[in-house]
Amino acid sequence: MAITVKVLNRPIAEASYLRATLGGMARTFKHMVNPHKVTVQYPEMREPVSPRWRGTHRMLTTEDGKAKCVGCGLCPTVCPANCIKLVPGEDEQGNRYPLVFEIDEFRCIFCGYCQEVCPEEAIHMGRHYENAEYSRASFVYDLERLTAQTHPVSQLWDPSDPAGE
Amino acid sequence: MIQAVFSHGGVIDPQTPIEDFWPFTILTIVKMVVVFTVYMVGVALLTFAERKISAWIQDRIGPNRVLWKGFGQVLADGVKNFMKEETYPEAAYKALFILAPMLAFVPAMVTWAVIPFASPLPTRWGLMSMAVADLPVGFLFTLAISSLGVYGIVLAGWSSNNKYALLGGLRSSAQMISYEIAMGMSTVCVLLLAGNVNLNSIVEQQATQGWNVVLLSVAFLVFFVATYAETNRLPFDMPEAESELIAGYHTEYSAMKFSMFPISEYANMVTASALTSLLFFGGWDIPFTTWDNVPPWTTLKTIVTLGVFAIKVIFFLFTFMWIRWTLPRFRYDQLMSLGWKVMLPAILAYVVIIAGTLLGLDAAGIARSSRAFTGILFGLNLACVGVLLFVLDRGRLLSPAQSRLKSAELSRLRQVASRSTLAPVTGD
Ligand code: SF4
Ligand code: SF4
Repeated sequence: MAITVKVLNRPIAEASYLRATLGGMARTFKHMVNPHKVTVQYPEMREPVSPRWRGTHRMLTTEDGKAKCVGCGLCPTVCPANCIKLVPGEDEQGNRYPLVFEIDEFRCIFCGYCQEVCPEEAIHMGRHYENAEYSRASFVYDLERLTAQTHPVSQLWDPSDPAGE
Repeated sequence: MIQAVFSHGGVIDPQTPIEDFWPFTILTIVKMVVVFTVYMVGVALLTFAERKISAWIQDRIGPNRVLWKGFGQVLADGVKNFMKEETYPEAAYKALFILAPMLAFVPAMVTWAVIPFASPLPTRWGLMSMAVADLPVGFLFTLAISSLGVYGIVLAGWSSNNKYALLGGLRSSAQMISYEIAMGMSTVCVLLLAGNVNLNSIVEQQATQGWNVVLLSVAFLVFFVATYAETNRLPFDMPEAESELIAGYHTEYSAMKFSMFPISEYANMVTASALTSLLFFGGWDIPFTTWDNVPPWTTLKTIVTLGVFAIKVIFFLFTFMWIRWTLPRFRYDQLMSLGWKVMLPAILAYVVIIAGTLLGLDAAGIARSSRAFTGILFGLNLACVGVLLFVLDRGRLLSPAQSRLKSAELSRLRQVASRSTLAPVTGD
């Protein structure tokens, strides 16, 4: 039993296999001799990332090298992924500081709320994307690691300049 | 000892074929080793060329990391394939499973034994033919051997004991049978014209009468399409068809046994390209000059003709890749209908036309080497190609073409579609 397949009545110019083949071969040949060069040779060349790129976090520090964070607890509160672990402490002068400050970058959704909410401009998203690690555990960045990172931090979105210009 | 073997009492004319046993044997072995080496290196480089060309066509860069400009990729791939683990499916029939990759590869290579790749080379011991074995029945040999290649694929598919592999193997054999006939028929035309099955005389015939591609264009077109089907290259790579059959006949293969299949595919491509240039593009003949086709043979002629032959083969290899990265795969029924409903009738009719014309021209007393003979055949061919292309263009022969939709039926379907609940709601 033969299978009957519907064939739409298209004009010959569209339905002809020959013309389509020759046209296609001309096109591929054009691309071959004159390729659109779009490849970026990654480790050697990098595309610039947007100033608002939200990558792994950085904790900024004061001049004497201590984290700016005052342990106010706003970022763990606002974090929708619940991935910031904060244990605040207080020293003899009554300055609050984080005893434990850990961000699980695996659970983080990189929403940037922590940076927006921070009253001390301490925690920041980073313009950085090379985050490979050998174990899951090493994706939990502690305070030491967060302060030691040096990559540029991202800018917040400015409502008066929505396109970022 | 060797000295004794090679020194000869009498003076030997370098323009007569080698007759002594030892020089002949040793030179043949040298030719075998050289051809095998060049062939294998060429095949390895082809895999690289394929990746590069596909990359360029797709606006990519392709392998460019290993050694100079990525040429080391060939070595890296080879080493990787040797180091990988060989797996054997539990249900496979081991003996054939191991034998199949070799069976796929060997016929492609054996064909090269009879392909003349340059004009004869004069040596101290006589004239050396530039084919490993200059068989008097060279052409029949290539036909016989090249159809053996399918066994590797069929056995690979069958012995893996995997349904996709089996389907791939079956498709391969069906496809091979369908296109082998058209291919054989198209070469009948060449043999009619050459009047000989020795590959060197086919080259000579083309040197005197003009290349077969202009004398037998329809045969060339059919042969060309059939070689793609025979080598399982796109658009005819039904046996592999990864979107339908995982990887077809080599689904179960791993490591070096797997890479024997791609290697044999490329080996087949080289052989098919060589045959195409030999049968239809004059082999090692240089066009528009007879300097290279007449004695006395010199080393220079050998080198130049070798270069010309290499250029032709490389051009066809490039075409293989060019077409692969342009055309999508046929559907299986399209493949069959193209083979049986288009190519076979066309080539059968063409054989009759060519045979009749040759008979008529011979009866009219027009010499085969004369300009008039070439001219008449050429004119006839233009007409044939014109008719064929016109029919192919109009006939939509690659659509399934089972039932063309009548316009009444079409409007009925459109109405059904417009009444459908899925149609966009207009108004309120
Ligand atoms: S970016 Fe969002 S999800 Fe990630 S730590 Fe900050 S608030 Fe939490
Ligand atoms: S919002 Fe800023 S100051 Fe408050 S806990 Fe987070 S990082 Fe520290």
